[in-house]
Amino acid sequence: MITPYFVIIPLAAAFLIPLVSKRKTGPAVLLSLASTFALVVLSGYAFFGRSGETLVYRMSGWKLPVGINLVQDAFSSFMLVMVSLIALTSLVFSPRYIDRLGGDAKYYSLFMVLVAGMNGVVVTGDLFNLFVFMEIAILAALALVAYGGRAHEFEAAFKYAVMASVSASLILIGIAVAYSATSSLGLATISRGLERQSPILVLWVGGLFMAGFGLKTAAMPFHAWLPDAHSSAPAPISAMLSGVLIKALGVYVLIRFFYNVLGAPPLFLQIFLVLGAVSIILGVLLAIGQWDIKRLLAYHSISQIGYILLAMGLDTTLGMIGAVYHMLNHAVFKSLLFYNAGALETALGTRDLREMGNVSKLLPVTSGTSLIASLSISGVPPFNGFFSKLVIIIAAVQAGQPLFAFVAVVGSLLTLASFLKVQKFGLRGGRPVERLIGEVDGGMKTAMILLAALCLVTSLLIVPGIRETTIDPVVKVIMEKTGHAQIVLEK
Amino acid sequence: MRDVKPGLTVIVKTVNRLILWMIFLYGIYIILHGHLSPGGGFGGGVVLALGFLGVLLAYGRGFSLNWLRLGTLRDLEYSAPLLFLGFGLAGMAWGGAFLANFLSKGKLFALLSSGVILPLNIVIGLKVGLSLFLVVLALAEFDPSQGDDE
Repeated sequence: MITPYFVIIPLAAAFLIPLVSKRKTGPAVLLSLASTFALVVLSGYAFFGRSGETLVYRMSGWKLPVGINLVQDAFSSFMLVMVSLIALTSLVFSPRYIDRLGGDAKYYSLFMVLVAGMNGVVVTGDLFNLFVFMEIAILAALALVAYGGRAHEFEAAFKYAVMASVSASLILIGIAVAYSATSSLGLATISRGLERQSPILVLWVGGLFMAGFGLKTAAMPFHAWLPDAHSSAPAPISAMLSGVLIKALGVYVLIRFFYNVLGAPPLFLQIFLVLGAVSIILGVLLAIGQWDIKRLLAYHSISQIGYILLAMGLDTTLGMIGAVYHMLNHAVFKSLLFYNAGALETALGTRDLREMGNVSKLLPVTSGTSLIASLSISGVPPFNGFFSKLVIIIAAVQAGQPLFAFVAVVGSLLTLASFLKVQKFGLRGGRPVERLIGEVDGGMKTAMILLAALCLVTSLLIVPGIRETTIDPVVKVIMEKTGHAQIVLEK
Repeated sequence: MRDVKPGLTVIVKTVNRLILWMIFLYGIYIILHGHLSPGGGFGGGVVLALGFLGVLLAYGRGFSLNWLRLGTLRDLEYSAPLLFLGFGLAGMAWGGAFLANFLSKGKLFALLSSGVILPLNIVIGLKVGLSLFLVVLALAEFDPSQGDDE
């Protein structure tokens, strides 16, 4: 019975915030932190306490196929833990940073709407419900991207809005086709209904969803909006967008739809493999050339999403372990990197790597945590990125795809090269910086240290005993494929 | 002599004053009969917003803001979703599931025959009407020449 609270709590907080904090932002910060903390506790309980169970919640008591149901299994709970954790650190990081932008309570309100949208997408078991929650999250994200109020931020938000509308239209057509063929909107009932339909129709629905949610995922041919949007947003929002939004709205839905609804059709998995490989290489090649640190990180998001897509295209249990594990790891280290970029921007007043210098003396926490994050994303042991990439590479070799394994290795090396550049120009090399124009406050430091610790803690998930209680139930749900629909329908 | 008063001419103002209450009545009618005839919270809310919009167009921004007390409208708009959530939670407490019905279903085809749908429609109508109006107001206040440059 805890499932609906994942949407109720953030939504209630979002609309209480403007009522309780009219002039000062203090109550808004407290309320949003409290509700996000509650979400962390609840999702932790759902994931560790009720692991392996599939909870089905019927809205207003109506049964399928008439009503809307919420489905919470290990995969949903895993995503909820990830979203809540990153949201909590993002809120801890925010107050000072947002004050600098002339912040008000609206920021926190929009932030909670964003969380509500993502949680809704993750827990819903209804296709149209998913669409609505996705739009809620996207609208909040659009407003937050433009939050700074400068011309280039509006431009980025507008570009994002255009691409989001295109993807929403594709998804809506896809939903219409699926609905007309199966007369139902529940994911489980659609899965049942599509089994009896012609392969051409499945291809048509799958293609529409792949293009629509591919745009949300920002895999390579659909990536054009991401570098602008993610680099123009305030740093804590960039962390939310790159860390969890593209996964909750993109990767999660792709896995859910193509595995649990369509039953992993080989043609689409082939496409995932190719999209993943292309994203890995082109994303990182574009990243190396960037001098704006946040833009560089945004291009790396495309490249890292490529790893997840490649792993989920392998259609093996090990590959899926790699995909799920890398999803969590990427959320942790990419958010940390964006916090680092935000701290540097606050302290130095620039995002251009060429104008930065040696700050390791003045900003020990920022430079230390950014080293950890850089090593994690480049796949250097003992940090989390190494293990998930290793699993993905081994899975690719085992699945008889040595070429894709090679692509993953090359991508990792190029990632290392580009983060050496960040460290050399941005934090350690060059002339020493003498004076900082802004202060990196306690909240920012706490958020960065917390995530740096998580970079190490999450590498423990590879230990077999721990993996069996964390990642394995998630992968089990995904690899049940259409059998999952049966479990939902029987509840 | 030039008319220095804000807003449109006296003809428009008079007509607006005459039909404004009819527009509101129509919007409220659509909201209240959402479960019996086409329409409902969203459609009726849009009609309410159009009523407000008529005032804004006929009398100008200054007068409308004075007449409407923006702060109260805003608070009302924020509370509408909270009320909705409140009804949902009440359904959880007394009806067994989120948004489940917990009120009497009444007599078929009567106004009070839909349990919790009627109050939910009212809340939605309030939210949609105020939101749409506030969006238009925000667009009216927006001055593109005042943009913050790089």
